[in-house]
Amino acid sequence: MADQNNLFKYLLRLGDNALVLSHRLSEWCSRAPLIEEDLALTNFSLDMIGRAQALLKYAGEVEGKGRTEDDLAYKRAERQFYNHLVMELPNGDFAFTMARQLLVSAFECLLFEALSNSKDETIAAIAAKTLKEVKYHRAHAEDWVIRLGDGTEESYQRMQHAVNALWMYTGELFEADEVDAELIREGIAVDQNSLRPQWQEYIGQVLTEAKLQVPADGYMQTGSRKGIHTEHLGHILSEMQYLQRAYPDATW
Amino acid sequence: MGAIQELELQLNELLEKKFEERVQGGDAVEPRDWMPENYRKHLVRQISQHAHSEVIGMQPEGNWITRAPSLRAKQILLAKIQDEGGHGLYLYSAAETLGISRDEMIAQLHSGKAKYSNIFNYPALTWADIGAIGWLVDGAAIVNQVSLQRTSYGPYSRAMVRICKEESFHQRQGYEIMAQMMKGTADQKEMAQDAMNRWWWPALMMFGPHDTESPHAGDAFRWKIKRHTNDELRQKFIDKTVQQAEVIGLTVPDPDLKWNEAAGHYDHGEINWEEFRNVINGDGPCNKQRLDHHKKVHAEGEWVRVAAAAYHAKKANKN
Repeated sequence: MADQNNLFKYLLRLGDNALVLSHRLSEWCSRAPLIEEDLALTNFSLDMIGRAQALLKYAGEVEGKGRTEDDLAYKRAERQFYNHLVMELPNGDFAFTMARQLLVSAFECLLFEALSNSKDETIAAIAAKTLKEVKYHRAHAEDWVIRLGDGTEESYQRMQHAVNALWMYTGELFEADEVDAELIREGIAVDQNSLRPQWQEYIGQVLTEAKLQVPADGYMQTGSRKGIHTEHLGHILSEMQYLQRAYPDATW
Repeated sequence: MGAIQELELQLNELLEKKFEERVQGGDAVEPRDWMPENYRKHLVRQISQHAHSEVIGMQPEGNWITRAPSLRAKQILLAKIQDEGGHGLYLYSAAETLGISRDEMIAQLHSGKAKYSNIFNYPALTWADIGAIGWLVDGAAIVNQVSLQRTSYGPYSRAMVRICKEESFHQRQGYEIMAQMMKGTADQKEMAQDAMNRWWWPALMMFGPHDTESPHAGDAFRWKIKRHTNDELRQKFIDKTVQQAEVIGLTVPDPDLKWNEAAGHYDHGEINWEEFRNVINGDGPCNKQRLDHHKKVHAEGEWVRVAAAAYHAKKANKN
């Protein structure tokens, strides 16, 4: 049986990724360039809230201290969050949001496909459901990255700028530490580094079709596995957790 | 007058007579049917105003998405706002069947020629406002929209049927928030009552002026665009909502409100029509904010729409 503490931490990582990116996407509500995109971005956000609920609920069960998915989402502090840094970056313009979505969804398609064979049945079931959603997110983001890369001079510049700015946050997606190593041995987690060649190949194809340059791998940001974040996460949490913190005795 | 012009005039009169007969007989009017110019204009004004209301209405509720107090509450609120964006889309499409484009409608919104529902010029200040908006604002909208399901223009009527199915879920979610807060802590109860106090009167104003003051009503009734008067609809809303408030312990902020046994309705106090006119004419708490937000977002998204069009033009040229 897996060390419950490792499994708990692993579930928080998966859950926090969904929770934090869903929050960023929800910020697009009433702000997208077309109503159709307003609906699409909030739809992705809804998928991710559902995923966060399922994963954090399971994390609470694994931890065994009676914490619910809401306790975990609304009552942890900055250093207890384990999402990848890329998820918490501010939305930027539409190009930045779509470029991030492509880089993240491409990774998530590979991750959840592999996790749908996890020996942990709950993870496998959540992964199978999630896979259908992230394939759609990826297809949508791919369309926009190509359209904007190969649209006008301005859209090309914005998209290339977005891809360049995001690139240093992609290395972290493929990192593994002792928590991963233990769970990989038990057939529960996936060796994320093994997903990298496929991810690079796919992203290379899309960027080439979009007439964009693939950035060179340089300095890569890191820290989320130890709960070390960008300055942006604290602001997300102070907004997201405001009512729960201000009225600790209330149920909503 | 030339012979041809005279013939045209006669033809128009004939067509108009036939149109009126058809509408009186209860036939639906479809986009390709002949219709009087004023019928078309009336509908464009009404449907585009309705569409803009759905879209502008995303703002006050959107103000609370990132602060929703639980994952479930956030999911429900986001789904609701998304529905409203979807309603905006159907309604823009319904208006487009009358020969106006979405771009033109948005330009009219920005110039002030087209309006949106006055209610969205009020601010959503606390989480309880999300409850009050769902319960009272969507509740009032449903009363109006149920009546419009039988409106004479086919595409509008069909859009209303679809929209009504979703709106009843919206009202329930708002009521659920209020009920939950009224069962909660003293702070929560106070917040809920405060939201009730601020939203009750603006919700009653959503039905528009008294029937005696309603400027566009005559034609709209004859053409069966409108099926019930403003005051009839307002009364219907009050009668069902007062009881709902009582069940969860909220006080309706109207000292003159009382049950009239003989009429079988609640009598209510006078609405502040001066406030109504001021807000309609631009002097409300959020008029400028709502319109500025829409203009800013539209301008910021321009490069995306242009790029998408350029991409599609390139692809079309290749094929």
